[in-house]
Amino acid sequence: MPKVTIDGHSIEVAEGTTILNAARQIGGDCVPPAMCYYSKLDVSGGKCRTCLVEVTKGSEKDPRPMPKLVASCSTPIMDGMEVGNKTSAKVLDARKGVVEFLLINHPLDCPVCDQAGECDLQNLAYEHGASGTRYEEDRRTFDKIDIGANIQLHMTRCILCYRCVNTADQLTEKRVHGVLNRGDASEIGTYIESSIDNEFSGNVIDVCPVGALTDRTARFKSRVWFLNPMNAHRNCDKCSGETVAWMFGDEIYRITGRKDQYGEVKEFICNTCRFDTKDLAKWTIEGPRHIERDSVIGQGHYELTPSDSTKELKK
Amino acid sequence: MKPFTNRSKAVTKTAMTFMERIYLPAILGGMFITFKHIFKKKATVRWPDEERPRSEVYRGKHVLKRDDKGAERCTACGLCAVACPAEAITMVSAERNKGEENLYREEKYASVYEINMLRCIFCGLCEEACPKEAIFLTQELMPSFYDRQDFIYGKDKLVESMDNRIDVSKRQESNVVTHKYNDN
Repeated sequence: MPKVTIDGHSIEVAEGTTILNAARQIGGDCVPPAMCYYSKLDVSGGKCRTCLVEVTKGSEKDPRPMPKLVASCSTPIMDGMEVGNKTSAKVLDARKGVVEFLLINHPLDCPVCDQAGECDLQNLAYEHGASGTRYEEDRRTFDKIDIGANIQLHMTRCILCYRCVNTADQLTEKRVHGVLNRGDASEIGTYIESSIDNEFSGNVIDVCPVGALTDRTARFKSRVWFLNPMNAHRNCDKCSGETVAWMFGDEIYRITGRKDQYGEVKEFICNTCRFDTKDLAKWTIEGPRHIERDSVIGQGHYELTPSDSTKELKK
Repeated sequence: MKPFTNRSKAVTKTAMTFMERIYLPAILGGMFITFKHIFKKKATVRWPDEERPRSEVYRGKHVLKRDDKGAERCTACGLCAVACPAEAITMVSAERNKGEENLYREEKYASVYEINMLRCIFCGLCEEACPKEAIFLTQELMPSFYDRQDFIYGKDKLVESMDNRIDVSKRQESNVVTHKYNDN
């Protein structure tokens, strides 16, 4: 099996694995961030350029470095390849530039946006971006569009990662939304606001890395860090029924899919579970989800029940 | 046991002398000290007739500011509540309807905004966290009440009135103001 070294960590991975996936197999700090790549989708990646890495050694046979930074989500590894991610100053500098470009047309309305607190762009900008902007022109503006009764599209916040389009492609043969126009003017069009009437359409909310597609049933209900994410399941004939219930006291404010450490859902859930089942009695609550210690969502979130914590103390 | 300070005195049960027994010299000595203080400068201030000068950035009662057009600046982002170490702030957000643009500056606003003044420790972290320059602590002192319920300050008590605006310019450094306003 070909061997690849990322930030000094070596791993042997299967032929044809991308650099990003090899890094994810190593885990930790050497994983490049990704805004458009989504491992659960058949087609994704190559759009956002946040996962750029420096290949300092092409392969064992041809040890020349690659001339430019490459997108790790779509570059397959070669035997003996050496990759710099966090350790490469060039990458960090380029990533800072990418964040600046992504934020050029982003409205920065985080205080209003429902995604704030669990937003990939927010995390990315916090980690890699500059604190100020050099952009002086007007940002592009769009009107809000309701895609069906339950999904709202804020085109102003969109970073054109195409994840939602790819999701729709994968879920249904007759998708009703795609990207219209080109370049700066491109937008997620819905063909005259015709609704997506697919039972799994709600998953575009989960795959959206920013707050462009949001849940209308939970719109402005609360901030994510005031809610307690709990693993919940129910018997559902359309999907696995395994979800996360975002709770405030005994009330379920929002249902989402279960996301892993890279913000990707493990399984797509159906719209009935997501939008229509907010009654606590219909769910079996398994327990609190694990939240990273430094996440803002961890505020007031306790993962141990009182009896668990006494057990912990006795250890 | 070893004494903690060198000021401790051992209690003795020796009989008092004549001078000690008549008490008067000790009482006169005490009264002299008391009367001496009448002519000294007083340490206390006769509040509320007289007010002790407070700092320009004194952290007193909160205010929710309006912008120049009279619209509420608060967008119920919840950052003050999450920054609050005493967990004194709660809020409920609502969406602005058409025609309410002169009431609320952003498309989302706080329909309920409450500060529990019994919990509040007046640390000013809410002011520091606010991205919209909406909440400020003021020069005003927090009054006291008999009922606990009266200490829950809602929007009726917190939002400033346009007739009687509260000047917070001293609390905002100019570089902070320009930085925050350029974002909008």
